[in-house]
Amino acid sequence: MIRVQHEDFDPGAELTALEETGAGAVASFTGLVRPDDGVTALTLDHYPGMTERALEVLASEAQARWPLSALTLIHRVGRLESGARIVFVGTASAHRAAALEACAFLIDRLKTDAPFWKREHLPDEDRWVEAKGTDDAAAEKWR
Amino acid sequence: MALLTILYFARVAETMGRSSETLDRPHGVMTLGALADWIEENGGNLGYRAKLRGAIDQQMAGMDTPLGDAREVAFFPPVTGG
Repeated sequence: MIRVQHEDFDPGAELTALEETGAGAVASFTGLVRPDDGVTALTLDHYPGMTERALEVLASEAQARWPLSALTLIHRVGRLESGARIVFVGTASAHRAAALEACAFLIDRLKTDAPFWKREHLPDEDRWVEAKGTDDAAAEKWR
Repeated sequence: MALLTILYFARVAETMGRSSETLDRPHGVMTLGALADWIEENGGNLGYRAKLRGAIDQQMAGMDTPLGDAREVAFFPPVTGG
């Protein structure tokens, strides 16, 4: 299941939904707005249409590489205050290795393959977040 | 010539001063990078080329990718989601 939305989501409800698929193992990642350097909020911009396609490609690749019974990808867009949830990745499989590895794959590759851009809001300025080489390296190890 | 929609996102939308435009595909422009050159020769500012990324018909594409029968092209900075 893939969702790109303004609204918040409930990680507990998402985990329960994955558990109800009857898998033996569920893994998840939740990303939150960090209050680094006085950041009070982020605005998430994206490329409607391409975003959904990119996430669908990632989901298909994960399904092809690991025996997953279900996966959930949720990414929020718009203005998000410090501490707010940004992204949720959840995977369900028979055993832990597939669930954990697929979850790490999905968040690592989402960071380099999906067209989202973060703008940071600070008390005195706004600025675009710069892409990090460490994200490229994390995504590269799955190729 | 076929109409081509060009989208700009994030910092690139700011330097371009617009988020989209539709135009007749320029003559002799065969690749994404050549289109970027053409935009800048015609008064556009796409920012630092080393930080310019693009997509053709909603798929990530390098600057040397042929435009082919593209209907929608996008220029943007490296992505920072997640």
